[in-house]
Amino acid sequence: MLAVRNIGISFGALKAIDDVSFSANAGQILTVIGPNGAGKTTLFNVISGVYVASHGRVELDGEDVTSLAPDALAARGMSRTFQNLQIFQRMTVAQNVMVGRHLKERRNLFADLLRLPSVGRQNRETREVALQLLEEVGLADKADVLAGDLSYGGCKRLEIARALATGPRVLLLDEPAAGCNAVETEEIDRLICRVAEKGIAVVLVEHDMKLVMKISHRILVLDRGKFLAEGTPDQVRENPVVHQAYLGNRGAKEVQGA
Amino acid sequence: MTTLLNNRYAILAALAVVIAVLPFTFPSNYYLRVASLVWVSAFAAIGLNVLMGKAGQVSLGHAAFFGIGAYSAAIGPAHLGLPSWASLAIGACISGLLAYFVGRPILRLKGHYLAIATLGFGVLIALVITTESRWTGGPDGMPVAKLTVFGWRIGTAYAWYWLSAAFLLVGAWIALNLDDTPTGRAFLALHDSEVAARVVGIDVAALKLRAFVIAAVYASIAGSLLAMMNGFVNPDLAGFQHSVELVTMVVLGGLGSIVGSIVGAAVLVVLPQALTVFQEYENLMLGFIIIVSMVFMRDGIVPMISKLIARAR
Ligand SMILES: Nc1ncnc2c1ncn2[C@@H]1O[C@H](COP(=O)(O)OP(=O)(O)O)[C@@H](O)[C@H]1O
Ligand SMILES: [Mg+2]
Repeated sequence: MLAVRNIGISFGALKAIDDVSFSANAGQILTVIGPNGAGKTTLFNVISGVYVASHGRVELDGEDVTSLAPDALAARGMSRTFQNLQIFQRMTVAQNVMVGRHLKERRNLFADLLRLPSVGRQNRETREVALQLLEEVGLADKADVLAGDLSYGGCKRLEIARALATGPRVLLLDEPAAGCNAVETEEIDRLICRVAEKGIAVVLVEHDMKLVMKISHRILVLDRGKFLAEGTPDQVRENPVVHQAYLGNRGAKEVQGA
Repeated sequence: MTTLLNNRYAILAALAVVIAVLPFTFPSNYYLRVASLVWVSAFAAIGLNVLMGKAGQVSLGHAAFFGIGAYSAAIGPAHLGLPSWASLAIGACISGLLAYFVGRPILRLKGHYLAIATLGFGVLIALVITTESRWTGGPDGMPVAKLTVFGWRIGTAYAWYWLSAAFLLVGAWIALNLDDTPTGRAFLALHDSEVAARVVGIDVAALKLRAFVIAAVYASIAGSLLAMMNGFVNPDLAGFQHSVELVTMVVLGGLGSIVGSIVGAAVLVVLPQALTVFQEYENLMLGFIIIVSMVFMRDGIVPMISKLIARAR
């Protein structure tokens, strides 16, 4: 589904991503791990077209989409969330998700300016879809709250709902459970699994090793922008290079315990 | 009350009532003229608010489009023998097209750079108007033919009051319509987080261009109306100071609030008339009042009032 080949990007002298390759399959969860500053977010930015790759290719179903803008990628079925929240603060929760339906809606400036009856009808349909997605992420009761008034965990789930609203085939989730308590993490964990079961290729960045080992089909390990290892959770758990370079003593124990 | 402030039909009905009642409180035609000036300025401010308050993009040269509309209303009948209303429509088309072609490169810029680029555009248009004196009368300006609609000459203060008010109502209705439509939501999204808007599939360049064109057309129509109402145009209408006044109306009234733009326009039009008693200190007082208002009502007048009402409950 999503194939990334020898991708790289530099900021001045810093090679933030250096020659990384991987692929993500429909219905599977690929988790990218690595210490802070390893380049996980940068990798997402390059894949989703927010940054332009210095070299390498990104393919969606065999089609080269390397230099496409984020909106063009969204139209081809790629969607993402942000580690540093990017919600639309001044809109309600439901409206945030409705914006996610942008590409699925008929858009005609003149119909909108004159508010033709079709616009109102479509609005009701879009809101209906948005409410279902909010139900799915557990925010149904907050639909008409201002998004800026949501809790941190609420914002994280809102971002997932908005990303799902685009009807993605590939979904990039950047630390969706960061800053969430154990119960919330559990919920997000189940939500991600449900998303993958629908046949979406999920690429996840996550620090919580317990969660990672439990839900990932494959794990990609990055260190300072470079590829370190890739494999099933068991393979990565047993990989001595990973232990040495990334997991360290405390991390290693965490992995063993998971 | 806050829900009323958010319901577009309630807003329009309230506006219509104000428009209908105001003339009965006016002791003379002078007040009618000032009110008409408010409606026309508010029309331009509403358009600019779609660009600034909704889509979050600044324009410091917006009077250029106002000027193009004004001079279209002047030049069309005088030099080309066109009817006034057709000149208004042509001016709006010219402004829209110009905004489309100028906006494409300019709107890639952000923040201060966009401000400077639009400012430069405004200065350029004002310069063209001043120098092309064969067509525009140069720095002295030129007279404008009176508007005739279906054989009726719109000349009296009353006629202009109702005509400008009708335009304002339609302009406000269209701008209010945008809320909670795909386009309106995309504008707000762009304003709050451009990167998030892009990743859900919004073509932000095209969207900014739309807001810019809408704002340009509003300003142009307002310019034509003012020209026909005053029967005279001069290059100041397209000047930098007028651009700043338009921005001030929008920000003072409240970014994103359509009612705010009307209130902002009223303040900027009425206050100088009221401050003439201070004679040479008029501009000083005006500046002082604006600064104080912005310090104490950072969100603008109307959002501030709705917040106070919401809190009182
Ligand atoms: N726009 C940028 N300009 C310069 N350096 C950047 C930029 N974005 C990220 N970096 C650098 O790239 C490295 C990787 O950062 P990041 O991708 O955020 O790491 P992670 O998400 O794995 O914690 C960091 O050293 C960071 O400072
Ligand atoms: Mg990161």
